[in-house]
Amino acid sequence: MNQTEAFHRRIDAALHNDQLRRNFRSALTGIMARRAEQFPDDAQLQALRDQARAVRANALVRQPELLERLERQLTANGIQVHWAEGPDEANAIIHEILARADATSVVKGKSMVSEETGLNHYLEQRGIDVIESDLGEYIIQLAEEPPSHIVAPAIHKNRREVAELFHRFHPEIPYTDDIDQLTQTARAILRDRFATADAGISGVNFAVAETGTLCLVENEGNGRLSTTAPRVHIAITGVEKVIEKLSDVPPLLEILTKSATGQPITTYFNMISKPRQPGELDGPEAVHLVLLDNGRSRIRVDAELLDTLRCIRCGACINHCPVYVQLGGHAYGTVYPGPIGIALEPQRIGIDKVGTLTSACTLCGACGEVCPVRIPLPTLINRLRAEAVDGLRAGATVRGHGSLRKPREARLWGLWAALYGDPTRYRLFIWLASRLRWLTPPWLGAWTRYRSAPRPAARTLRELARDEGFRDE
Amino acid sequence: MSDSRQRILDRLRANRPTDVPTPMVYAKALGWDRERCIAAFSERMQAVRGEVHRMQRDAWVGWLSQQLPERGLHRVLVGNGRIGDALAAVAAQPLQVRRYDRPIESWKPELFGDIDVAVTGARAGLAESGSLVLWPDAEEPRLMSLVPPVHVALLDADRLYENFAALIVAEHWGDGMPTNALLISGPSKTADIEQTLAYGIHGPKELVTLLLE
Repeated sequence: MNQTEAFHRRIDAALHNDQLRRNFRSALTGIMARRAEQFPDDAQLQALRDQARAVRANALVRQPELLERLERQLTANGIQVHWAEGPDEANAIIHEILARADATSVVKGKSMVSEETGLNHYLEQRGIDVIESDLGEYIIQLAEEPPSHIVAPAIHKNRREVAELFHRFHPEIPYTDDIDQLTQTARAILRDRFATADAGISGVNFAVAETGTLCLVENEGNGRLSTTAPRVHIAITGVEKVIEKLSDVPPLLEILTKSATGQPITTYFNMISKPRQPGELDGPEAVHLVLLDNGRSRIRVDAELLDTLRCIRCGACINHCPVYVQLGGHAYGTVYPGPIGIALEPQRIGIDKVGTLTSACTLCGACGEVCPVRIPLPTLINRLRAEAVDGLRAGATVRGHGSLRKPREARLWGLWAALYGDPTRYRLFIWLASRLRWLTPPWLGAWTRYRSAPRPAARTLRELARDEGFRDE
Repeated sequence: MSDSRQRILDRLRANRPTDVPTPMVYAKALGWDRERCIAAFSERMQAVRGEVHRMQRDAWVGWLSQQLPERGLHRVLVGNGRIGDALAAVAAQPLQVRRYDRPIESWKPELFGDIDVAVTGARAGLAESGSLVLWPDAEEPRLMSLVPPVHVALLDADRLYENFAALIVAEHWGDGMPTNALLISGPSKTADIEQTLAYGIHGPKELVTLLLE
């Protein structure tokens, strides 16, 4: 099965799952409303977006120097820095740190980068007990599913589905689908794990080069527990997460939480700069940072595509996507779904592997309008569509470009370009199409799968306008 | 391993994007006076179910020795500084004051299971977002504001800043950071099931700010 067939099969499954679509519709409607409430003044919002964009753009331009500065500063602070080209290397580094520390049980905070590397699976295969501690991540770990949303990983499940999962894995706890009680159940189950885990693994929202500080944004406290209670803390993040100064943090933090969940701020903003110091009574003795590239540095080759890397992973583009709300995250089949996934994953993994994703977009523009760092997502998606069929005049840079080009489709578009580019030819063609409209084939590929074939009108718009007295020019 | 570092940095250097202007320092001066800051802090904190009580600078000990027993919070964790000293000095039955005076490894199960409430100071407060700013240290370690089910924080009203940007600039945070710095804005919460807000998931279920004036 090629990538297009596989994608269409997942789309089909998602569209026929009414419960799934109801779950997404109701969750996303609420998130969009809460985000809008946080930005009552459009001028202020636009100014904040400009600021956030400037901070991220600056960090990307100076990325190699900032990464070196971050490494220098972290090392001076006592935090060990590791570099990984890809998933295997990152996983091996983390496993080695755990093995050296004799750590066999790990409690994890939320990290999408660790989803990229398949870290849980890797560690479990090597006999390490890994438990996800973010409530949403814990739910999908029980269900053995990947996250369906980068901020709300279990957004596809409703309370009854969660209740059944909890009951299946913890039959000793009375069944309930009350959300407060389910939350307390999770608290009770995970509390013991925080107290006993040897190591904690977390992601990073921003890594500040100036001071050597790892910033984590969260509501639950599981991130703080994972990075404070065990004796070892390992953070993993993408190389693009570095920012220059501490004073760059406030605008990013503000626009991140408002865009992501419609909160003015999250419960916890956790800034970690050192392991436990002499005299201090808690906190990990050792802190490590794993910097993962995994295709990111290649994206810098192109000035337009570079914008993809400004992303701060708020998920606003996903929440506002009319395609995502119908499909949910799993249908995309990649770590990152929705508009940012469509823009990022073909660049990271290759158009030949996941280029079909670019078709899951109506180019409505909603994602670009809400993006807190002004990533021109519709432009990027359109660019990738062109790269996928080698439709660019020059300068294709993405791995696997041209792999979705079909000769027949290319010929048809070539013909259309020839007609549309010449007024005389175009008029003749339109006139012919209206006069020969009975020749329209009843079957037009995917279009007629769920729709009847359109038939041209009996007379052209141009003719109708002339009848109404409009001058032809 | 160091090969990967070199390769990644080489690739990053090989493609240097067009320069962009250095971003300005984000300053969001609101021009709020002290009362306005107190009102905003209280309103934001209460909006996320944080309690705020304004009181005289020296009234907190009496408030706690009355309120904690009333709320059934008997096992009180304090640090090794003056807050702990003051509370230990007046604590009477049924309050049992426990000091965080040993490395966590020697009493982890007790911390996770046998403490009802922790009382700490706060370095500062942020009015606009309703946040406590903590720099945990040897005197008041990191887990105090995290593991016990209730966290009481003493905040000097003179230490309220308009927002995070103002605090960072005023205190020159860019010059160097402590082991851990925290913004805490309410009790622990989650919305991971049906996007419905539920309080008290992993961190404290209740957060009480005593605003000292």
